[in-house]
Amino acid sequence: MRVVGIETEYGIVDPDEPRANPILMSSRLVTACRAWAGERTTRWDYGGEDPLQDQRGFRRSRSGASSDLLTDAPEYDDRAGQVTLRRRRGSWEDPAHLNAVLANGARFYVDHAHPEYSGPEVTSAHDAVVWDRAGDRIAHTAAARYAQDEGERVELYKNNVDGKGASYGTHENFLVSRGVDFDDLARRLTPHLVTRQVFAGAGRVGLGQFGEEAGFQISQRADYMEAEVGLETTLRRPIVNTRDEPHAARERYRRLHVIIGDANLFDVATFLKVGTTSLVLAAIEADDDRLDALELAAPVEAVSTVSRDLALRAPLELASGERATALEVQRALLEICRTYVTDEGEARVIARWEGVLERLAADLFSAAREVEWVAKLQLLGRMRARHATPDAPDGLAWGDARLAAMDLQWSRLGDGLAERLAAAGAVERIATDDEVERAVAQAPSDTRARLRGGIVAARPDIVDAAGWSTIVLDRETDHGHLEVVHLDEPHAADHPLLDALMGG
Amino acid sequence: MAQLNAQGQPYEDDAPEPAPTPAPAAQAETDAIDDLLAEIDGSLQVNAEQFVRSFVQKGGQ
Repeated sequence: MRVVGIETEYGIVDPDEPRANPILMSSRLVTACRAWAGERTTRWDYGGEDPLQDQRGFRRSRSGASSDLLTDAPEYDDRAGQVTLRRRRGSWEDPAHLNAVLANGARFYVDHAHPEYSGPEVTSAHDAVVWDRAGDRIAHTAAARYAQDEGERVELYKNNVDGKGASYGTHENFLVSRGVDFDDLARRLTPHLVTRQVFAGAGRVGLGQFGEEAGFQISQRADYMEAEVGLETTLRRPIVNTRDEPHAARERYRRLHVIIGDANLFDVATFLKVGTTSLVLAAIEADDDRLDALELAAPVEAVSTVSRDLALRAPLELASGERATALEVQRALLEICRTYVTDEGEARVIARWEGVLERLAADLFSAAREVEWVAKLQLLGRMRARHATPDAPDGLAWGDARLAAMDLQWSRLGDGLAERLAAAGAVERIATDDEVERAVAQAPSDTRARLRGGIVAARPDIVDAAGWSTIVLDRETDHGHLEVVHLDEPHAADHPLLDALMGG
Repeated sequence: MAQLNAQGQPYEDDAPEPAPTPAPAAQAETDAIDDLLAEIDGSLQVNAEQFVRSFVQKGGQ
């Protein structure tokens, strides 16, 4: 499979002081994470980011961009595969306290007002699950360290909404060939992003951005998607995000930044979310025009229609004038994607995809061990039923605070309801606990994350900073400058200099 | 939104099949989830409103 990575912004709460400053807490959490990592961590290298570059080919002027897009520094060097020299920076430029690059190749840092775990680059849906769950474990471990060092509690939530209008993201990143026309990519991928929530949704109590209407819907993020295509990620959020910041050789690659997805605590949801999207991208890279028949007439409205269609029967209008349900669109995508299986891992994605779609179509609750929103709906349904009376045969109303509270508690790291269900044997796992435990300390072996995590683990004493496509070394040298090792090929898991420094 | 019955299941046009008798492992799982629900019920009786009200986040990406 192609190179992919998942980023998760966690909700953060001090249960004893609800009005505590989330930026300060997040910053302290990163400090706690660095304390937990000990020597085995380094700073983030801001040298190569260019968040103002748009996939559609133009570049935002810095003055016209909202300030949250300005994450880069002016310095940029795109000489791939080489070692270049860089002047030392003043310590006043160092945002190290907001960042930790870890031995598993991930970045743990403060993004806006949330702690974020950006997982290392992986090459299978299975590994995406493993390093995503490793991130939850790292974040939870950092929270325990925070409590120990700060004497204050902190709780982390792997969800995407607070029910008061705020949303924060779980983003997927897919390495895509630069040869694909971006407008074609956006048009052909949209039907998948709109309909995949039937198996990837995490479920949400409340309808509307502020939860102003009582009810349950399939997706956490659906009500926050307001445009088809665009550069923004914090307002007017688009189904297809156009940020063109490949963190790799620009002439060969795009990094598709998918922001529509929910945070998932169910392995199968993460596995399918990443695995199916990668296969649809393969069909797009092959210019498969069978995809065109699935184009939706009104994609933004369809996101909401699908999210509120718990019976999975609502017809969506297609651009062709025909109609199809979300499950029918997914069945059609599955048939197209069979052509693009190139390895054993992708074959497992196809088999699981097919099985889950069959179960969802036959009997919704037969998919409760695999599909997160179905499991949440089932648990909430049982809680409602516990309170059924002759006067209220449906039990708790959807507007009851107890159901909203369970929705939040579902995603709490450490003791959340999803974890409790898994402990009760009610959730199917794809990755074992042992695999996840290893991935806390070790990077994937088949991408450049091996080099990033490996050098941080083996020689943190000579690493000044690391980024997605750079590792900055600070060694005794004649020239006296920092050395920047450029890793513009995400598949390249070896590098002569770095391997020599790591001791082979 | 689709109509749901008390179990959270969408109403079907036809009457649902009677549930088959659960296997021992499935029964143990069901018991564990019943225990979990009883525990949640106990804790939420007191503070659900306040817990939900105080969960406030700033918007992110």
